Amino acid sequence: MTMKQTPSQTVGPYFAYGLTAEQYGYPFTAIAGGKVADELCTGDRIHVTGRVFDGNGDPIDDAMIEIWQADSEGRYLHPEDGRSSNSVFTGYGRYGTGTDPQNRFLFETVKPGSVDGVQAPHINVILFMRGQLSHLYTRIYFSDEVEANAKDPVLDTVPEARRETLVARREDMPIGVVYHFDIHMQGEKETVFFDL
Amino acid sequence: MTAAGYRMRDWEAHPPLLFPDYKSTVLRAPTKPLVPLKHTLSELTGPVYGHERVGPLDADLTKNGAKNGEPLGERIVVTGRVLDEDGRPVRNTLVEVWQANAAGRYIHKVDQHLAPLDPNFFGGGRCVTDDDGRYRFYTIKPGAYPWGNHHNAWRPNHIHFSLLGPSIATRLVTQMYFPGDPLLDLDPIYLSSPAGARERLISDFSIDVTEPGFALGYIFDIVLRGRYETPMETPK
Ligand SMILES: [Fe+3]
Repeated sequence: MTMKQTPSQTVGPYFAYGLTAEQYGYPFTAIAGGKVADELCTGDRIHVTGRVFDGNGDPIDDAMIEIWQADSEGRYLHPEDGRSSNSVFTGYGRYGTGTDPQNRFLFETVKPGSVDGVQAPHINVILFMRGQLSHLYTRIYFSDEVEANAKDPVLDTVPEARRETLVARREDMPIGVVYHFDIHMQGEKETVFFDL
Repeated sequence: MTAAGYRMRDWEAHPPLLFPDYKSTVLRAPTKPLVPLKHTLSELTGPVYGHERVGPLDADLTKNGAKNGEPLGERIVVTGRVLDEDGRPVRNTLVEVWQANAAGRYIHKVDQHLAPLDPNFFGGGRCVTDDDGRYRFYTIKPGAYPWGNHHNAWRPNHIHFSLLGPSIATRLVTQMYFPGDPLLDLDPIYLSSPAGARERLISDFSIDVTEPGFALGYIFDIVLRGRYETPMETPK
């Protein structure tokens, strides 16, 4: 080891036109947005939505949520894995909380399969915002995977009383299956963040 | 499966999550400790974007927002290498940038700073590193701008950088600063990174990168997390 890591700095309040330009209506293409899976991807189509709350319980309007997930068969589109089995599925999404009137993030994707046959289905989350100097990692698990969640080795390392903060609540709505996942920065429901 | 995980985030380099001098951290920093997570395939992978996602003008911010002329301000070249902790180049990785114009104004809708927008400058760009891990942007030197953190608060000139690297563990968002800026020692965001580490955020002026009669050159190398040498067992 010869080099030292470059320090992180905040994404600031003005990331939108650089990182999520299309969503915010700026004339610059975005590499990723809220639509992670299109109609050609196989698997169960789902919506994942939620808000990010600060220590006062107010929704944050300048956060950016990135998601990274396996496809419906549990494979990542990455050389480290056997590549995604869904050729049009990147597994990567980005959404800023500044365009929805309720400051929600809104992803359309497919439900991931179990990664490596051991972990429960989950979506990896990277969180950025003004007022955050280093990004945070968390995971979204699914409320209808009770059995798999109970055996998940990562959830197992989380204090039992806090595991609930990582489980998205399923709701069957006219638009389809919606999973609700709110992120709380502080307070009683403070979300579990990982050091990875 | 076995695979070598990534080295941990170096908290002697990165800022703490709570840094009260930067006021917005107070209500936005978690109060409970982070839970350690041993790397699995989920952390050893990450989004891969190659050249196919990058347009021909994306790395030239002096041209990609031009409507009827050249943007105002001091034209600069910003280049550097993306490396891992072992000094190996991080190849074919996406580097995204965004910044204020020469007057210190962002095109972002919520930027209310009373400085002019430049009709010929957008301020966003991206490129993919080459086989040496090198990136290169043409742009305009960004201006300083005031912010509401404390009385007479001004951000030093800076360019925002976002890097993916080979996995979600190597993800990094940071800011590049300019040498000799008197605002650095007054800026809580810069000062949030520990002394001895934050200096790595300051680019070097280079007469060799400078293009005669055209643009001043700055070098900013970026070091992402490297991998452990020895493969470790992922949880079974
Ligand atoms: Fe800025």
